[in-house]
Amino acid sequence: MAELEVRSLTHRYGAKHMPQVTAVKDVSLRVQAGELLGVIGHTGSGKSTLIQHFNGLLTPTSGEVLLDGENIFRDKQATRAARFRVGLCFQYPEYQLFEETVYKDIAFGPRNMQLPQDEIDRRVRRAAQFVELPDALLEKSPFDLSGGEKRRAAIAGVLAMEPEILVLDEPTAGLDPKGRETILSLVADYRRQTGSTVILVSHSMEDIARLATKALVMNRGEVALYGTVDEVFSQGERLVAMGLDVPAVTRIFLSLRERGLPVRTDVYTLEQGAAEYLRLFGKGARA
Amino acid sequence: MIRDVAIGQYLPGHSFLHKMDARVKIVCTLAFIIAIFLCKNFWSLGLMVFAALVMTLLSRVPFGQLLRSLRPVAFILLFTAILNLFYTKAGNVLWHWKIFTLTDRGIYTAVFMAVRILSLISVSALLTFTTTPTALTDGIEKLLSPLKLVKVPVHSLAMMMTLALRFIPTLIEEIDRIMSAQKARGADLETGGFIRRAKALLPILIPLFVSAFRRAYDLAYAMECRCYRGGEGRTRMKQMRMGVRDGVAIALFAALTAGIFLLNHFFAHLI
Ligand SMILES: Nc1ncnc2c1ncn2[C@@H]1O[C@H](COP(=O)(O)OP(=O)(O)OP(=O)(O)O)[C@@H](O)[C@H]1O
Ligand SMILES: [Mg+2]
Repeated sequence: MAELEVRSLTHRYGAKHMPQVTAVKDVSLRVQAGELLGVIGHTGSGKSTLIQHFNGLLTPTSGEVLLDGENIFRDKQATRAARFRVGLCFQYPEYQLFEETVYKDIAFGPRNMQLPQDEIDRRVRRAAQFVELPDALLEKSPFDLSGGEKRRAAIAGVLAMEPEILVLDEPTAGLDPKGRETILSLVADYRRQTGSTVILVSHSMEDIARLATKALVMNRGEVALYGTVDEVFSQGERLVAMGLDVPAVTRIFLSLRERGLPVRTDVYTLEQGAAEYLRLFGKGARA
Repeated sequence: MIRDVAIGQYLPGHSFLHKMDARVKIVCTLAFIIAIFLCKNFWSLGLMVFAALVMTLLSRVPFGQLLRSLRPVAFILLFTAILNLFYTKAGNVLWHWKIFTLTDRGIYTAVFMAVRILSLISVSALLTFTTTPTALTDGIEKLLSPLKLVKVPVHSLAMMMTLALRFIPTLIEEIDRIMSAQKARGADLETGGFIRRAKALLPILIPLFVSAFRRAYDLAYAMECRCYRGGEGRTRMKQMRMGVRDGVAIALFAALTAGIFLLNHFFAHLI
């Protein structure tokens, strides 16, 4: 399984005569195999730009990206290999569907990997199973699916490449709560069953707090916070200062602290919140 | 990245030319182009070049920008110049080699033609440099509105043009995104022969068309929700008004045309 390392990566958009935007500035990080890294940040903070370097879609202005210690921009082969080892699923991936049938669309990635036919078939069925698309849908046109089904079909298209590192850019954007829950749980399942690394860009602090092992907070193209979920969410005040949305539980304890109560503010899950509540007010408060 | 291509070439500014009425600018540009073809000798052509220079200075468009917009026509320019150089058989022969004959008339004609094309292109470029695409289509709509009498759907045509211009950057962004998404699934757009490459375009074109149609429907609904029913009885947010500036411009153009006729008349004709 692969380890991903990013060394002082900077990316600037814009051609010579145009005004330039530095979208990512001096970002360094190391994602170990099997981790689930949550990436958070304001809109425009450079999350999408950053993750497009992980599979070599964007070339850094400076800095490097290493996959198991090898620079993925060393030559064309290395970049192409990275494409398949790091599976990138874009924001609103359903807009990339194009084949006549869902089956063929999911098979697009594996076919590009030039796998044998039976291996392609195995992967397509496995990916469809992961995203809970029933077999009956596989022969339908992707344009006849519902919004949530389209999204899952598109994600299956990336899963079918069986990437060692799965990168998802806001996979739940624009879905209803149930659809979001389905997607997140299938991502967690994929990671559990295959031991792959997952990098998840999300606007929902709650989701990150619940699922991730590590968190990366981007602010104006720079790393604002990077560490384990505990380390990052214990900085509730800093997150709020950056204008980010902290989990509701954290918000409650932050405002309790503001009112002068001696509470901890590094709680971010419901269980932690309950424990802290009991510590403060004792068992009697339960009644 | 594909997104870096410039669409339209409007340069925001507050110069005399920027503030002129779009209709007047369009008419003047057309008049200028016709006038250039009426020039019969270097004197009248010189007057037009002088006018073009003055207009460039007035517009405050950097010369470098203007030159860059001439680059695409450089080949045509060279081609016509060379053709004129060797195909003009009249005049005193200066040099002769096999089928190539160089005469003094040939040189004159080549230079004359080149200068003509150059000023023609620069003046049209000035129009697009100083007028927003929307103002341009609005101007065209107003100018063509007499055609409504013969049932030409002028308003719809202009609206279509405006929308097309508006959506070019959006579609380019979309192509960019779809290309990245398919490349992430290992699509290979760079290698292989013609057929392979054409086939490799399908994964990009199909989603592009799907999304273009989706956008078109969305836009149509949004326009209908705002009670858009075509041009009938519609007023504009930005009224086009002719000011003193435009009067001055028209007067100068009239003088310019008169100048050409005088110079054509009093000096020897080249063509
Ligand atoms: N192709 C591009 N050309 C020029 N500038 C770009 C391009 N893509 C992004 N940018 C700019 O780079 C910056 C970072 O954009 P990016 O898409 O990485 O942000 P993001 O964190 O993913 O935002 P969001 O949460 O809205 O998806 C923004 O200022 C954006 O305007
Ligand atoms: Mg983004």
